[in-house]
Amino acid sequence: MVVEPANASGLLAQIGAVGRRSITRTLRQRALLIFPMLFPLILFAINGSALSAATKIPGFPPVSYRAFLLAVPFMQGALFIAVTAGIDLARDIESGFFNRLALTPLRGSALLAGQLAGGVVVAVLQSVVYLLVGIAAGVGIASGVGGALVLLVLSILIAFGFAGVGALIALRSGSGEAVQAIFPLLFVTLFLSSSSLPRPLLRVQWFHDVATYNPVSYLIEGMRSLVITGWNGQALAMGFGFALALVIISLTLANIAIKNRLVRT
Amino acid sequence: MRRFWFVARGVAWRSIHNTLVSPAILVPSIAFPLFFLAAFAGGLSKIAQVPDFNYPPGYTAFQFVFVFLQSAAFGGVFTGFAVARDFDSGFARRLLLTAPQRSGIVAGYCGGALARWFVTGSVVTIAALLAGMHVPADGSELVGMLALGILANTVSALWACGVAMFLRTEQAGALIQMPVFVVIFLAPIYVPLSLLTGWIHSVASVNPATFVLEAARGLLANSPVDVLLAFALLGGGIAVMAFWARRGLASAERAG
Repeated sequence: MVVEPANASGLLAQIGAVGRRSITRTLRQRALLIFPMLFPLILFAINGSALSAATKIPGFPPVSYRAFLLAVPFMQGALFIAVTAGIDLARDIESGFFNRLALTPLRGSALLAGQLAGGVVVAVLQSVVYLLVGIAAGVGIASGVGGALVLLVLSILIAFGFAGVGALIALRSGSGEAVQAIFPLLFVTLFLSSSSLPRPLLRVQWFHDVATYNPVSYLIEGMRSLVITGWNGQALAMGFGFALALVIISLTLANIAIKNRLVRT
Repeated sequence: MRRFWFVARGVAWRSIHNTLVSPAILVPSIAFPLFFLAAFAGGLSKIAQVPDFNYPPGYTAFQFVFVFLQSAAFGGVFTGFAVARDFDSGFARRLLLTAPQRSGIVAGYCGGALARWFVTGSVVTIAALLAGMHVPADGSELVGMLALGILANTVSALWACGVAMFLRTEQAGALIQMPVFVVIFLAPIYVPLSLLTGWIHSVASVNPATFVLEAARGLLANSPVDVLLAFALLGGGIAVMAFWARRGLASAERAG
């Protein structure tokens, strides 16, 4: 079916209405804003200094450990977005608000896109903060101003993908507790990646293998390349490729889940 | 005194029972230290090649000691979450009404925290041994390391109980967790104190967690350092945190 312009604008209006509510609600919950933003920065400050000896390992890139580590707060922030977005949606389901929305002519896709708006706004805010803190800590962006902008775009894309994961879990489970419970699992993907050392320097074989097959390694390496290498086509292609795949897969599954939930309602 | 132990036993039993029958509570408290062990001992093992890094039992043992003590401290933190949950659900208020000796409640939660950590600590130790950890320590040194863990668990549990009883809501979680997390991570986790530089070296040099961590690492390596100081610091920590938890209990009693 061809979507008429009127329908398209109607869809945008629906997304706008749900999105405004989502953004307002997210910005009002300061705990949801401050803690997820602060936690990665604390780890960045501590690990950036505590692991600086790692730069003496033969084969480590000739950059400061802070520069090497800067991509990690972006990734941690994206993981927190998954929880923030998922919990907001789960709360709407638990409170019955979602069921009431389902009785209106609102489309499922508009509902999903609007619900993720709050998470995306947080992603934009925290990405800018992480970048500014990194620069203030003396990290230079090897790819320049353009690279810094690309870094922001990639980190927001990754956060959007993880927001979709959070929404998917919320829609499938309908429970905020389930979304909370999945968080450690998401964090494991960060632990078991090349977040702390370059992959060639991961000495333990099983860890090296897991990090190689772990897409999070490539998301981090894509962002990291802009900071420490400059314009690295392969790292960026892998980073953007996995980020786009995450967005497409998570949103497609979330869209199916929202349709199923609306049918049940 | 009998009434104190009666309450403490009851609360501890409930805490242990809830932990063991609820995977949502037990699994994260076991999984997190295991992930730390895997990520640090596995992912950062190359750090042992940094010039002047000298810990004869190896990097897995070096990281095991940190994860062992971290799991002890977080055993207390997770118990604080349970206390906060009990207040949110209304159970804690009923408990305050019925307990004949209320300080036994804090002792009971601490007992629960210790039991929880025995499960986690055992799993972490088995995982480290399976990963090939070398243990040069003798029996008494291992007992000393275990005692440091028990005391660290108690300090953390008393802190967490105090915060949870002052705030009486699950939203206290971040406040319970964050200071413990920061104190632990400001100790020399990845490399010995001598290899830290800059502000982190200055902070780690005066951080009590540093002395506990280095003492435990010394015990495991069969070359003890500052063991008495570590025990004294933890003993002092228990005294201060017991006072803090008692104030928290008094606050909860006043709130009714």
